[in-house]
Amino acid sequence: MAASSSGNRILLHKLNELITFKRICNITQHDIFIRRIRTSRSKCQLQPKMHTKSPPQMVGVVGLEIHAQIHAASKLFSSSGVRFSAPPNSLVACFDASLPGTLPVLNRRCVEASVMTGLALNCTINRKSLFDRKHYFYADMPAGYQITQQRLPIAVNGSLTYSYLGGRKRNQVVTKNVRIKQIQLEQDSGKSLHDDHRNQTLIDLNRAGVGLMEVVMEADMECGEEAAAAVRELQLILQTLGTCYGNMAEGQLRVDANVSVHRPGEPLGVRTEVKNINSARYVAKAIDYEIQRQMEVLDTGGTILNETRAFDSKSGATVPMRDKEGLQDYRFMPEPNLPPLFVYESVASVPAGVDPTQVVVIDRLKAILPELPGVKRAQLVEEYGLLPEHSFTLVNEVGLMDYFERVIQKTKAEPRKVIGWVIKELLGNLNQNGLRLTQSPISSEALAELLNILESGHISTSAAKVVFQEMWKLPEKSVKQLVAELDLELISDQEQILQICRRVVDAHPEEVRVIRAGNKKVLNKLMGIVQKETKGRTDPLQVRRILEEMTS
Amino acid sequence: MVWTGVAGTRLHIAAARPVHHRSMLLKPAAHGACIRYAVPPWRRWMSKRDSSKSSFVSKVPQFPTWEPVAENQLPPRTKISPDLVDKLERLALVDFGNQEGVNCLEEAIRFADQLHVVNTDGVEPMDSVLENRALQLRNDEVKESDCVSELLQLAADRVEEYFVSPPGNIPLPKREERLAMLKHSAF
Repeated sequence: MAASSSGNRILLHKLNELITFKRICNITQHDIFIRRIRTSRSKCQLQPKMHTKSPPQMVGVVGLEIHAQIHAASKLFSSSGVRFSAPPNSLVACFDASLPGTLPVLNRRCVEASVMTGLALNCTINRKSLFDRKHYFYADMPAGYQITQQRLPIAVNGSLTYSYLGGRKRNQVVTKNVRIKQIQLEQDSGKSLHDDHRNQTLIDLNRAGVGLMEVVMEADMECGEEAAAAVRELQLILQTLGTCYGNMAEGQLRVDANVSVHRPGEPLGVRTEVKNINSARYVAKAIDYEIQRQMEVLDTGGTILNETRAFDSKSGATVPMRDKEGLQDYRFMPEPNLPPLFVYESVASVPAGVDPTQVVVIDRLKAILPELPGVKRAQLVEEYGLLPEHSFTLVNEVGLMDYFERVIQKTKAEPRKVIGWVIKELLGNLNQNGLRLTQSPISSEALAELLNILESGHISTSAAKVVFQEMWKLPEKSVKQLVAELDLELISDQEQILQICRRVVDAHPEEVRVIRAGNKKVLNKLMGIVQKETKGRTDPLQVRRILEEMTS
Repeated sequence: MVWTGVAGTRLHIAAARPVHHRSMLLKPAAHGACIRYAVPPWRRWMSKRDSSKSSFVSKVPQFPTWEPVAENQLPPRTKISPDLVDKLERLALVDFGNQEGVNCLEEAIRFADQLHVVNTDGVEPMDSVLENRALQLRNDEVKESDCVSELLQLAADRVEEYFVSPPGNIPLPKREERLAMLKHSAF
């Protein structure tokens, strides 16, 4: 059919396919492409027992398997390039297409990336690790097997500390820990585009063979929020290390969640696997939905099936996926084409005859590990006296910490004051307008200038906020220019202020009477009127002093 | 034939291979699932060694030796049920075709059963003869990429720059159909 159809028709047809497919399945285009690769894990699973006498509340148990695409120029075992949204099949070496006679040659960068990630996650790095073949048939994996690390992965037994804003007001930093079972190197699969009308599948092998790190987190989490926070923290760490871009929308970070429910102290319940969740928000939603669903099934006397489910972002529900029902048998076997992978503790431990520049040396990677998000947060709290939740926001928003520090360097204002402006005004405005920090109309220099004018006492805080909004609208104008144009400079003429205050006091005899009778709170009302009259161009402390005198 | 374990332990597999099994391997003729050699592999290997006689004294025995393994030393014969055939066909995407194929598989398993007689206590399994070599690593450089036209030429079917494959896996016959098929297939 390929020869007889015109290109346009095919494209149009494919587009239609996608649209129908999306409509039917309620999933994003991205989901269509991403097929998952994973290692099966077995765990003793028992159905939670139903008690009749006031049983303790059921809780969710969540473990995660996260696939992170390694940021490298070339693939894991072949020297073809890695790029998102390149023309189909334009980044395919003979090995990626599994032509007979081709052999894998491991990319050192991928090993280094996984070792760095392992170190950042407090893992033990296995000096010797092995590769295995995991067999299954799918057209986007032409070899019929995936090369992975099943028996002896590159890194094991780590931990990840993550935090999220919890508590009733969501302003308390809750810090938790999740154990990292292992990090394994493996190949990504290609992408399949299903065309049900024509009964065919279109295969793009650009992604086939791209290096992945599978990070396996133990079932130490209890709810979607915890899992989402753990994913976000891992994403930040990977981005800080530069071992993975971590763009979930482009499939660089893909999350599978293993979810079960049980009553604390009882054996774990039957678990389901929610596959291919592609945003941190959906991680929380999908898991919470699944926990709720399982609890409801058990409450009504049902049983949980050990099945694979998909998250439908539109309805916010998880739905069962067609599964191979127990027929899955990956027939793992040692990869015969790859001898063991050795990494060395230090240059001194590299055996004679091996070029130290050609091998992976842990000490060398330790030396270039950047500061991790957790350390940065602690430093922000220590150095600038910030609240933990503020340090959290600064580190979690891409580039915000750098922005904050640039403002700090150029202003005399207190860090605690600056943080308010950065988080409340800047981030608030950005979020309101759906902008990223890089798109901010207000540079760190401009904000620093505004804060300096505020510090010098030329304008009041409320006036500064007005100026900020004007700066947002007119980024081309200088701060000084705006302050002058808006006529917002504080009235420095003492006489003028006295006159205004007198006028206000005279115009509000009732309020003055109440204040004199002892209700000092009403003074604030008068202050507000003065501020309004002067468009916030007065120093509130000074006005309060004057009004207090006049009403005493 | 010798397998050298990590600790240098040697297993004389050949010793466990009885003469009569050699003929057994060759017996189920005209079937694709069995690999058949005109000359058994070990003999080809042997003749090569013979032709390259030199001063080098190999620790590998020059001639294979074996003794028959009595049937009573072996575990019970494995019978392949239709359900298992079904499962294997799905997993491996192969078609046993007929009863002969299933028999051949059972014979192959029977042959492999002799390995149970070998004592492997304390011997670490060997993955590869390269297991004491370190893996060579390459620099992260893009060297081969644009083979798209060459690769697509090899494809049986394509649309634009895509390879075309059947939708998912082709469904295999159901169990009842399979039973009927096996019943009707005669030697």
